[in-house]
Amino acid sequence: MSEQDQITTDPTKPAQRMRAGSMTLSLTPWLVSGFVLLILPLVFTNNSAITIMNQMAITIVFALAYNMLLGQGGMLSFGHAVYAGVGGFGCMHIMNASDFFSTLPLPLLPVFGGLFGMALAMIVGSFSTRSAGTVFAMISLGVGELIAACSIIIVAFFGGEEGISGDRTYGLPFFGVEFLKQIEVYYLIAGWLMISAALMYLFSRTPIGRMANAVRDNPERAEFLGYSARWVRFYSFIFSGFFAGVAGALFAINYEILTEENLNTASSGVILLVTFLGGVGFFFGPIIGAIAFTLLQTVLSLQTELWAFYAGVLFVATVMFFPGGLAGLIMMHVPAFKFGKARLLLMPYLKTLLPAVIGILGLSALVEMTFHVRHAATGENEMTLFWTTFDSHSFLPWIIALVVTAVAFWVTRRNTPEMVEAWHKANTFPGGGA
Amino acid sequence: MNAITDTTPALAIEDLRKSFGKAEIIRGVNLRIGKGERHAVIGPNGAGKSTLFNLITGRFPPTSGKVSLHGKNLAGMAPFQINRMGLSRSFQITNIFPKMTVFENVRCSLLWSKGYRYSFWNLVSKSRDLTESADAILDQINLLNRRDLPAGVLSYAEQRALEIGITIAGGADLIMLDEPTAGMSHSETDYIVDLIRKVTEDKTLIMVEHDMGVVFGLADYISVLVYGEIIATGRPEEVRANPKVQEAYLGAALEAEH
Repeated sequence: MSEQDQITTDPTKPAQRMRAGSMTLSLTPWLVSGFVLLILPLVFTNNSAITIMNQMAITIVFALAYNMLLGQGGMLSFGHAVYAGVGGFGCMHIMNASDFFSTLPLPLLPVFGGLFGMALAMIVGSFSTRSAGTVFAMISLGVGELIAACSIIIVAFFGGEEGISGDRTYGLPFFGVEFLKQIEVYYLIAGWLMISAALMYLFSRTPIGRMANAVRDNPERAEFLGYSARWVRFYSFIFSGFFAGVAGALFAINYEILTEENLNTASSGVILLVTFLGGVGFFFGPIIGAIAFTLLQTVLSLQTELWAFYAGVLFVATVMFFPGGLAGLIMMHVPAFKFGKARLLLMPYLKTLLPAVIGILGLSALVEMTFHVRHAATGENEMTLFWTTFDSHSFLPWIIALVVTAVAFWVTRRNTPEMVEAWHKANTFPGGGA
Repeated sequence: MNAITDTTPALAIEDLRKSFGKAEIIRGVNLRIGKGERHAVIGPNGAGKSTLFNLITGRFPPTSGKVSLHGKNLAGMAPFQINRMGLSRSFQITNIFPKMTVFENVRCSLLWSKGYRYSFWNLVSKSRDLTESADAILDQINLLNRRDLPAGVLSYAEQRALEIGITIAGGADLIMLDEPTAGMSHSETDYIVDLIRKVTEDKTLIMVEHDMGVVFGLADYISVLVYGEIIATGRPEEVRANPKVQEAYLGAALEAEH
């Protein structure tokens, strides 16, 4: 670290020791993430895995951009997909106008995607950031619907219902790389993921980034400190629009096609869900959310047609029981780990959460069987669930599923007090801090 | 205008009025507060003291009348613009950033006056000046040992102290405190009064206060606001002796004190 930090950091003072710790730690997660991104394609080598990872990385950039609004700035947007979408469409047009842009290397294209997103955010933000809360949410919804509707009307830019496709190999090779192969695209996206994440993190450490938090918590107080809450929101909004546009550009590069689906309100809803699932209170929350959601979307959707139903239930459960999201759940355990008491939790967790998982699987079996009975073609009574094939119209599978579910939840319930007690024990520290 | 005012007052209020619907809450207030003065506004509940504060600081627009800060008319200005001209206020109900740390609360209140404005090219942690100034203020308000806690978990008195810290951090030369000792125990009140005296040295102070001990201990001048009108302004002893004040307010309050 620099000289300045050493001077102001005095480890003898407890308050500053904490800060010193956080400073030495701050680079490690970035190096680890970079390394993981680098070697991931060597671990998961097949094409479908790389496709999933590309999708994941794009979603992470978008979710982090979205959280600049929701988590950092306290603005709930129902229409953020339009900035990603417009960034993507813009880049698609650049790719297609290769006569003019053949000298523009593909890896720089996301900058332009970002600028498209930012330009639109400047226009919309000029009136939508006047207030946060309901007004902002309603304007974002309205603008989102408006632009989604435009995408069908303005065919020249959005390509109507079939969208616009392009060719990412439009230009000259970039240091010999033509981006024909999936793996080359992976490294392009991974590079942009690292750059965008780092820049968004740094933004949160700038004066305007800190004031974004202050305005989120208490806009009125911020105004009495010399800051216009509206301008602070506006800056968060346009930077969020920029990185959403970057995500859209990466989407365009990866899939080479954009349609109305990329900017409609359903996509805006998904990114809200992803971000909230991961946890809005921590910078890395949306990253976890994007990974979890992409896995649900890709892996689970191969297993069941009802994956969206499960994703919805998960979202509702998160909102109701873990408003901190997955990141909140993880960070809850940090104190116990710090004081070496985490192992107290291991057995109670196993005893409570394992039956809970079995109960949830049992419940999902019942849902799947109901779905099969209602929707399978007549005469097609056989279904396969958890590697077992059985007749969904006979009684036995239903009874087994019901009994397993009931017993599992009963065990969960019985063991819950033990887990709660272990939790309190693991979080009681010498000195009384909790 | 009379000839005595060769120096512009820190704050001048001329015939200020404010109505909410049909109810006129502030009914023609005139007040001049000189530089470096410690001025207390007292009055019974519902007299309009907090409304007067809100009108001065741009939280509400006045119905009519004029407020000038160092001779400049504040009409139509938003709170952040008024704050940039050197006026800072605290609130009757604690108004801090509860989820941010105590240190960050103070640092945020320093940003504008340190010239960072809407900067997205500086990192706050890299500025030694910011960190040191914020720590100096924490030291001044005795909260250095609470530095890295979320402000929301502080005790009530500590939050009030932080509120004062946030108010003075930006270096404003006119400080307005709205009931800084409301809801405090005797020892907490003494602590806050000492604090106010310390941090408002060489500054102009306007405060609304109910505790007469605090008022007479701190203020150079007192104005008595009753039903939206100032019925008396002057040195504490003059105000105390004023029969109109005694009738309207002070007598009852003083009796309650003893």
